[in-house]
Amino acid sequence: MTTTEHELAIVATGLRKSYGDKTVLDGIDIQVPAGTIFSLLGPNGAGKTTAVNILSTLISADGGQARIAGHDLTAEAQAVRAAIGVTGQFSAVDGLITGEENMLLMADLHHLSRSEGRRVTAELLERFDLTEAAKKPASTYSGGMKRRLDIAMTLVGNPRIIFLDEPTTGLDPRSRHTMWQIIRELVSGGTTVFLTTQYLEEADELADRIAVLNGGKLVAQGSAEELKRLVSGGHVRLRFSDPVAYEQAATALRETTRDDETLTLQIPSGGSQRELRAILDWLDAAGVEADELSVHTPDLDDVFFALTGSPVPAQSTQTTAKETVR
Amino acid sequence: MSAATHALRDNLTMLRRNLLHARRYPSLTLNLLLTPVILLLLFVYVFGNVMSAGINGGTADRSEYIAYVVPGILLMTIGGIAIGTAVSVAMDMTEGIIARFRTMAISRTSVLIGHVAGSVIQSLMALAVVLGVGVAIGFRPDATPLEWLAAAGLLVLVSVALIWLAVGMGLASPNAEGASNLAQPLMILPLLGSAFVPVDAMPGWFRWFAEYQPFSPAIETLRGLLMGTEIGTKNAVLTLAWCLGLSLLGYWWSRSLFNREPRQ
Repeated sequence: MTTTEHELAIVATGLRKSYGDKTVLDGIDIQVPAGTIFSLLGPNGAGKTTAVNILSTLISADGGQARIAGHDLTAEAQAVRAAIGVTGQFSAVDGLITGEENMLLMADLHHLSRSEGRRVTAELLERFDLTEAAKKPASTYSGGMKRRLDIAMTLVGNPRIIFLDEPTTGLDPRSRHTMWQIIRELVSGGTTVFLTTQYLEEADELADRIAVLNGGKLVAQGSAEELKRLVSGGHVRLRFSDPVAYEQAATALRETTRDDETLTLQIPSGGSQRELRAILDWLDAAGVEADELSVHTPDLDDVFFALTGSPVPAQSTQTTAKETVR
Repeated sequence: MSAATHALRDNLTMLRRNLLHARRYPSLTLNLLLTPVILLLLFVYVFGNVMSAGINGGTADRSEYIAYVVPGILLMTIGGIAIGTAVSVAMDMTEGIIARFRTMAISRTSVLIGHVAGSVIQSLMALAVVLGVGVAIGFRPDATPLEWLAAAGLLVLVSVALIWLAVGMGLASPNAEGASNLAQPLMILPLLGSAFVPVDAMPGWFRWFAEYQPFSPAIETLRGLLMGTEIGTKNAVLTLAWCLGLSLLGYWWSRSLFNREPRQ
């Protein structure tokens, strides 16, 4: 482990939280070395937001301990707050006032001098491409602009550790890439980033370490490469347009995973020439023809599937109602 | 900077935020200000003849009724501003920025104190407007400078008390509509006291409530300070006790509601 060389920005052990008889977090352990990006990956309802809320002092855990930037989460909550910046899932901007006023509000709350506050505000608005919209009420901003303002506000106090709860959910592809760029820049400046996401691609793209959260438990932890090694290999996907051929193939082939809706079969395979030929031979022997054959090398989708026994349910759902905090 | 100066600075920052809100969106305040002004004109010019028959044994004229009703309208104005406070606090709590404030190393109560201080300032401005309308239609107080000062102090005390209570109501409500309903008594209560008619003119079974509820003693005290009528120790003591009691209750209630774990 590299943790002995690095200072640990976040250490949590056995964090638990339940609401009534619903267990949201069932004892999770997290270690994040300073200056790295850590991604908590999981579907909606896995407990990601609850984990962020606990680690950012918004709510208290029922059990377990955590130290953030060396301070105890419960005993030294104010010291923790002074070290962190949080961008929640729902825009934490004041919609009634302008973007610039939002920034100056943050500067005042960080007790910066008036001139320092103005300097930081101008600098961050410029950096996040908000200078033009600075004098407009934040409620008129687009989703991507609100998110950028949100992060700019989080950066006013120069926090050493930043929590980003699903920073790209609901953003269009271009804004999402801008956000990724922003996150990479943060870390190159030495900041630690704790990121939650339901997008496997995003965790793969950004994170030094990924922890997979499912049903309140961490089911795996490691680098993207390490996680990918957890699954033995990729698979071959066969797609049919004829339901009869699909049925025939499904019966003829062993070890397949069926998807009856799209008439697609998945066969575990490393993708070697020999394995592919074997599949083709089976198909020939059964006398069926697939409309499409594709080879997939393992990605985090497969990892998630292998770990939880179910496909990632969150990939297509953006409209699912989420928890609100008040 | 010490913790105390930090807290003071946070309070001032939050006050600025609330004044900015009020300046950008004055419609709520103006709307609440309209009610007492309309009531004042209505009671003086439309009901004036009937109403004045109810005071001084039926010998009073319209100008005497103006002298009687303006102090009551002034306290009703504070009630209206407090409803606005409850509504804006409830709306504010649904904003994501409150969660941000909770994760920052700032004085926690500054969010609430900002609302209270902002509303007290709005309340004083509204009172000046209503008093101005009163003077324009013939309200002629005979107060000495010292009595004016005492009257101003009284209005500040009542504002602080009702507004802290309203902050609690706003925090206890799930949305703006709920807050508006919950705070409605703050504008109705003056009607059930000595704002428009003397308590003596009310039925016996009701008189006790009308006499001791928070508004009547404050109205009688203000009337005495501005118009030189008899205040009486009872009213003075009751006013101070109500103001102090409601302020403390409102502060304690608001703080414990705000410190509650956010629901999920």
